[in-house]
Amino acid sequence: MSTIITPIYMDYSATTPTDQRVADKMAQYLTVDTAFGNPASSSHTFGWDADDAVKQARQDVADLINADSREIVWTSGATESDNLAIKGAAHFNTRKGKHIITMKTEHKAVLDTCRQLEREGFEVTYLDPKDDGLLDIHVLKDAIRDDTTVVSIMHVNNEIGVIQDIAAIGELCRENKIVFHVDAAQSAGKVPIDLSELKVDLMSFSAHKIYGPKGIGALYVRRKPRIRIEAQMHGGGHERGMRSGTLATHQIVGMGEAFKIAKEEMATENDRLLMMRNHLYDGFKDMEEVYVNGDLEQRIAGNLNISFNYVEGESLMMSLKGIAVSSGSACTSASLEPSYVLRALGRNDELAHSSLRFTIGRFTTMEEVDYAIAQTRDAVEKLRDLSPLWDMFKDGIDLSTVEWAAH
Amino acid sequence: MAYSEKVIDHYENPRNVGAMDKDATDVGTGMVGAPACGDVMKLQIKVGADGIIEDAKFKTYGCGSAIASSSLLTEWVKGKSLEEVKAIKNTDIADELELPPVKVHCSVLAEDAIKAAVADFQSKQ
Ligand SMILES: Cc1ncc(COP(=O)(O)O)c(C=O)c1O
Repeated sequence: MSTIITPIYMDYSATTPTDQRVADKMAQYLTVDTAFGNPASSSHTFGWDADDAVKQARQDVADLINADSREIVWTSGATESDNLAIKGAAHFNTRKGKHIITMKTEHKAVLDTCRQLEREGFEVTYLDPKDDGLLDIHVLKDAIRDDTTVVSIMHVNNEIGVIQDIAAIGELCRENKIVFHVDAAQSAGKVPIDLSELKVDLMSFSAHKIYGPKGIGALYVRRKPRIRIEAQMHGGGHERGMRSGTLATHQIVGMGEAFKIAKEEMATENDRLLMMRNHLYDGFKDMEEVYVNGDLEQRIAGNLNISFNYVEGESLMMSLKGIAVSSGSACTSASLEPSYVLRALGRNDELAHSSLRFTIGRFTTMEEVDYAIAQTRDAVEKLRDLSPLWDMFKDGIDLSTVEWAAH
Repeated sequence: MAYSEKVIDHYENPRNVGAMDKDATDVGTGMVGAPACGDVMKLQIKVGADGIIEDAKFKTYGCGSAIASSSLLTEWVKGKSLEEVKAIKNTDIADELELPPVKVHCSVLAEDAIKAAVADFQSKQ
C-alpha cells in the first residue's frame, strides 16, 4: 500500500527543489552549444541571444507582480535585495532623516541590515507584532516621525506564514512620504501581488523559494514615483548602476521560468496546498495542548507552525526521522536561543521550544501528509511519556508557579 | 546535528523511564533545568539500607542528548554507593555519549540532577 519514499520533504519555506521545467531551461544557457554569452556583449550574436533571454526573464518576473520589466534589478537573492533596498534607500535619504522602522519578526536579512545601519548612526524602531503575528497599523502610525525615511515590513513571514496587510501599510507610508520596502521572498507565487495597485516602493524576491535555483533574486525598484537608492555593489554599471556584475544568464532564466510557472499555476496550487494543510492540522486538532503559532486565516496555504506543549522540538524532530521539518527550538539554532519570531508573538519560551514548522509545496502528496500526521502523533506521545513537565501538567501543577533551578 | 550511535540508542530505547514516590524516605529526587531553557531533568534514586542505590528512574524534557544523558546516568548509578555516584563527572557522560561541544550542557545537567537527588535523599535521613 505504502507509496511513501522517505525522507519526506516538508521544509518548503527553507528552500524548494528546482522545478524540472526550470532546470531544463537553465541548461540552455551554459555550455558551448547553447546561449552561454555575456548579455552585456552587444557586438555579437552570443551576447544578443543571452540578452534576449534575460529580457524575457525580466518580463516574466515583472508579469507575476504586475510591474514594468524596467523596475526589476537582478541580485543574488533576497538577502542581497534586502540589503540593497534598505541600505540603498536609507543612505540616499539621509538629508531627510536617519530613522527606519521595521518589525521584530523580520528575516535576519532585514534585521541584521538594520543593525548595521544602527552602527552607522541610523536609528531603528523594531515594532512588536500582535499575538497573531500581524502588525497593528496603529502601532506603525505611532512610530512614524518626521525623520523616518524607510519602513521595511515583510509580506509573508518565513516561520509562521502570516500575511501582512501591505496595502494598508503602503498607503500610510505614501501619505507620509516614506520609502516602503517589502521582503516578498516568501510571498511571491503564493499570494497575488499587484504592484500597480500596491503602494510599495521596493520589493525583494528570491527564486529558490518558488521552484527556481538558489543564488538568484531580484529587487523591484518603483519608477513612478521614482525611487532612488544608492548602489552597494560597484563595477561595470549593470542594472542601471544599481547592481554591477555580469548577469548570471542561466540563473536569471531559471528565475524567469519559475515566476512564469508560478503565475500560471498559483491558483490551483494554492487550492491543493490549502486542502492538504487543513488535513494536516485536522490530524492534530484532537490532541491536548497543541497551539498554532500565528493567525491561521491570514496565512499562506503551505504553512503550519504548531507547538506540542511539554515536548521539546529538537527531540521531536529526532523522532521524525522520515520527515524533514524545522523547529523553533533553541537546540536547533546556532545561537541556542528559541525562535525570536515566536517570542515576539508573546509565546512563552516553552512553546517556542516545542514548535514544529511544516511547510508543504508543489511536490507534497496527501499520502505524505497522512504519514507525517501518524509519525508526529506517535513521537509526541512517546516524548510526553518521557516528559516530567507532562506529568506535572497532568497533576494540575501550573508550571509558571514552579521555581526552576535554572542553569 | 549528527548524533553518536550511543545517543541514538538511548534516545530510541531509553532505560529506566518512570517515577517513584518522591515522599518515600528511601527515595531521593533531583529535578534540574527549566522549561524556558528547553530542558528539565528529573532523576530519582531508591537507596537500600546498605546505602547502595537499588533503583533509578528518570523523566526528561529536552533534546536527544539530554534524554540520552539522563538515561545513561540511571544505568550507571544502579548498584553504586552515594559516594561513588557523587564522583561521577559530566565529562564522563559527555565522553561516553560522544557529545559535541554544544551539547555538553546536557551532561552538566545530568551531573547536577544526580547530585540533587543524593542531596534530597540525605536531607530525609
Ligand atoms: C523572508 C525571507 N527573506 C529573505 C530570505 C533570504 O533569501 P535568499 O536565500 O534568497 O538570500 C529568506 C530565505 O531564507 C526569507 O525567508
